[in-house]
Amino acid sequence: MQLFIEQVLNGVGNGVVYGSVALALVLIFRTTGVLNFAQGEMALFSTYISWKLTTTGMPVVAAIAISMAIAFVAGALIERTLIRPMAEARSPLNVVIITLGLFLGLNSVAQLAFGTDPQRMPSPFPSGSVSLIGDARIQKDTIGLVVVLLAECLALWLLLNRTTLGLKLRAVAANPDSARLHGIRAGSMLMLGWAMSAALGAVAGSLVAAERTAFDSSLMQTILVYALAAAALGGFDSIWGAIVAGLVVGVADGLTIQYVDALDGIEVVLPLALILVVLVVMPNGLFGKRTVERV
Amino acid sequence: MSLLELRDVAGGYGPVQVLHDIDLSVDPGHVAVVLGANGAGKTTTLRAISGLIPIRGDIRFDGESIAGKGPEAVSRLGIAHVPQGRGTFSELSVEDNLRVGAVNRTDNGDIERDLKRWYEVFPRLGERRRQEAGSMSGGEQQMLALARAMMARPRLLLLDEPSLGLAPLVTRELFARLSDINRDEGLSILVVEQNANLALDIGHWGYVLETGRIAVQGPAHQLHDDEAVRQAYLGF
Repeated sequence: MQLFIEQVLNGVGNGVVYGSVALALVLIFRTTGVLNFAQGEMALFSTYISWKLTTTGMPVVAAIAISMAIAFVAGALIERTLIRPMAEARSPLNVVIITLGLFLGLNSVAQLAFGTDPQRMPSPFPSGSVSLIGDARIQKDTIGLVVVLLAECLALWLLLNRTTLGLKLRAVAANPDSARLHGIRAGSMLMLGWAMSAALGAVAGSLVAAERTAFDSSLMQTILVYALAAAALGGFDSIWGAIVAGLVVGVADGLTIQYVDALDGIEVVLPLALILVVLVVMPNGLFGKRTVERV
Repeated sequence: MSLLELRDVAGGYGPVQVLHDIDLSVDPGHVAVVLGANGAGKTTTLRAISGLIPIRGDIRFDGESIAGKGPEAVSRLGIAHVPQGRGTFSELSVEDNLRVGAVNRTDNGDIERDLKRWYEVFPRLGERRRQEAGSMSGGEQQMLALARAMMARPRLLLLDEPSLGLAPLVTRELFARLSDINRDEGLSILVVEQNANLALDIGHWGYVLETGRIAVQGPAHQLHDDEAVRQAYLGF
């Protein structure tokens, strides 16, 4: 029983990470309609920046904050210089190719810039664990991750659903041409969507790296697969869906590793199978809205 | 002085010129109607006014040149454009759609009042305020588009074939509301239509476009009753 609970808690810890990367994916998807395959590598680059700053003796929280700010600006620049010219040519496929190019490019540049040796990212949370149920213990890191992620979600949800800026973001995502006719600067909104998403990725990447003993340039690659599964399961347009689905994927993964010996070493099959099942059985995910359109 | 004035406007898409030397004006408080067959340049005329396509010539709104301004800027000056296809924000609720119309207004209390008012004018929208806009019928979406445009409190309303795809009864209802809005608020309207009969009924001045040029113009009732014009251009 204790083993089971600990595996579930482990799963929650990983699931929160998948959820936060899924959140960044969903944010770009909701505001710009693009599935950003480079999300993970953008986060990786930001993680390296956080790490590099901490090696100068800067406090971890400050390093992550600066890395977020840099990611915010870089995200906006990527949208403006790489994504928009393609989007204006009205070719969604080209945008996908660009994000795949970014995926490979950013990873290689990160290796060039920061080397290939594993690095240690210090954690902003206190170390150790607290006992939860019976003998099962939960890492303080994990609690910290959960709190940060929930705060991010709440802030995003409030921004999108309770502010005029959020309304503009959603309007541009739903119908950019019509939004422009209503005086909304669509370009600025798209840049903002990418900027915020990149900043979220910077937090996620830095915290994951801190949770692990060491990280290298492959940090985000499996995470992105799990995050895509979470985003698909959550329905791609739902903020809370991304989080809940992230937790589901994380826990399912933890239990699979523990109890299904046949998948030993190839656990990544699980999220891929999940994506497949979701797409076939319920293409709108658990929380996605079914799109009904009449003309 | 005219509220909107197009002088020698030419424009099109890339190398294809659609409009040739268009002179057109909308007087304050009037409904101007642009008629013409498919491909005559009706939609392009509206797109030129809104800054969606590059043009040559001059467009003046309230005496100020708006030629070369983008759609965001033109909208902020007080020109609301209901495009063909109605510009619905499908995934947003009906109420959020209306709020998008008012997104550049700062008078918060009045926005709530306007919302209530348009729910009274179009009760269907009130009933469906929480529903996703894309799930409504074509007629309801056209009502939504009109109400959304009005939420900006525009000084000029551009309407692109509002009757397209609507049942005759719904179309009549829509034009009745348009006529009310024009009469009660003195709102100037430029409407592009294929349904010449209905449009000329609520219009003050009419233009007939033919392959990107204005072929005939005159008071709406005159165009409506002119046998030669009707047979040559309007087909009724």
